[in-house]
Amino acid sequence: MTGASNTAMIRRGTAMSLALLVIFLAAWEWGPRCLGIPSFIIPPLSMVYTEFLRMLAVNALMFHTGITTAEVIAGFILGSLLGAFFGYMLGMSPTAEFALSPYILALQIAPKVAFAPLFILWMGFTVYPKILVAILIVFFPVMVNVLTAVRTVDPDLINLARAFKATRAQIFWKIEFPASMPPLFAGLRIGSTLAVVGVVVGELVGGNMGLGYLLAFGEGQANTPMVFVTILMLTVVGGIAYLAVILIEQRVLHYMPKRALSGF
Amino acid sequence: MSDVIRLEYRNVTMRFVEAAGQSLTAVSGVSFAVRDGEVVSLIGPSGCGKSTLLNIGSGLYAPSEGEAFVDGERVEGPNAHVAFMLQKDLLLPWRTVAENVMFGVEIQRIPLPERRKRAQALLENLGLSDFSKHYPHQLSGGMRQRVALARTLAVDPSVLLLDEPFSAVDAQTRMVLQRELAQTLKREGKTALLITHDLLEAVTLSDRVLVMSRRPGRIIDELRIDLPARDNPIARRHHARVNEYVSRLMDRLGIGPTEPAAGAVA
Repeated sequence: MTGASNTAMIRRGTAMSLALLVIFLAAWEWGPRCLGIPSFIIPPLSMVYTEFLRMLAVNALMFHTGITTAEVIAGFILGSLLGAFFGYMLGMSPTAEFALSPYILALQIAPKVAFAPLFILWMGFTVYPKILVAILIVFFPVMVNVLTAVRTVDPDLINLARAFKATRAQIFWKIEFPASMPPLFAGLRIGSTLAVVGVVVGELVGGNMGLGYLLAFGEGQANTPMVFVTILMLTVVGGIAYLAVILIEQRVLHYMPKRALSGF
Repeated sequence: MSDVIRLEYRNVTMRFVEAAGQSLTAVSGVSFAVRDGEVVSLIGPSGCGKSTLLNIGSGLYAPSEGEAFVDGERVEGPNAHVAFMLQKDLLLPWRTVAENVMFGVEIQRIPLPERRKRAQALLENLGLSDFSKHYPHQLSGGMRQRVALARTLAVDPSVLLLDEPFSAVDAQTRMVLQRELAQTLKREGKTALLITHDLLEAVTLSDRVLVMSRRPGRIIDELRIDLPARDNPIARRHHARVNEYVSRLMDRLGIGPTEPAAGAVA
């Protein structure tokens, strides 16, 4: 595709996206009323906005958003580091992978969010169990992607390096590590959205801080607009985390053909 | 060309152990030598162990029997005397052209200014100067293979081991690359062992062609190519004797107009 027609496509696509947004917001505002849906089932847009302003003033919305964001960041970074570390270790040691794979598989199959009550029993109503759930849930996609990447490096590339008398460390730093970057970032993208899931489940299960707590609080009060506001804030937090990963990815993978890096 | 022997195989046999515990003999009792500055081609049916010989020469495999020598030293493992180039260019997508060319010398911890100097000279010789900051995905197949050749030459090896280096590029590009390779080998006075399936390539690029049998591979014929201008394979193509050489090789490989395709080879 030529640059000009590509630009035209982007312009048309953006216009359509914006039009869809306007239609969606309008349907949200007037649709429920037209269809006779009560506001405690689907509150219209304006009501959700009013609730947003009320929560900012009364419920310390920004404080709870901040707590959730901090937990997401901590869980995501720690989970990614651990996942990458184990991915490289197991990728370079087939024996270790063979020995550990049944346990890794079992842990991967177990629904990670089910650990939330256990972690709260262990660590109480603090931020730590939430971070721990996020770590656990981020760990797997990152580890599996890195492991596969290291395992699937072209053996001829390794032989090329070996023929130049490369040491094991040189093979890792000059071939395996950079070769694992695209799959690593694919794993990080998945991890960034899963981190929010892990944190929210942890907050729903116990504690009095974070957006998950506000969700449970709104539910208890049958305050549907409050639940809507909280869901929107969670989406914003997740979106920012995802966007951050993409921005870093575009810098790290700058050598890739542009098309392969389409953001969303 | 001097009488110094750069690469030598002495009675090399290679057996691989297969899954069922049976062993498969890839090459059997292979002996030959390549002299300094000589270009020797190795042809033979698929699976006859040509690439195995190359891997033994580069020190990646240890032979089951016999030994290989490079520059008079017994090959005990990867060494700086040889460098190989495959059909796949094996360029690293995250490195620029210049960085790819420097890959080998970087691993060998040659100082950066020297690395840069070598890369620059090679890129210039191969007409790649304008692309030194490009990434591999921005290059055509022929250019990528040229970069791979530059990377191979950058480590300044005594012997180049070339495993079907041009079989993945289109026919016209292949001829251009063959000429560049031939000129480079002549200019640098390099010794090379070239594996190819292209009989015409073998005849136009080499001083000598060795023919291997089906597995287990042995050397069954040796053909000295008495043609002028080894540095110009395109000119060589027009030489009257080329067809004669190709026919002889076809005959030795059991490829003939009247024989079945899977004709037996002695």
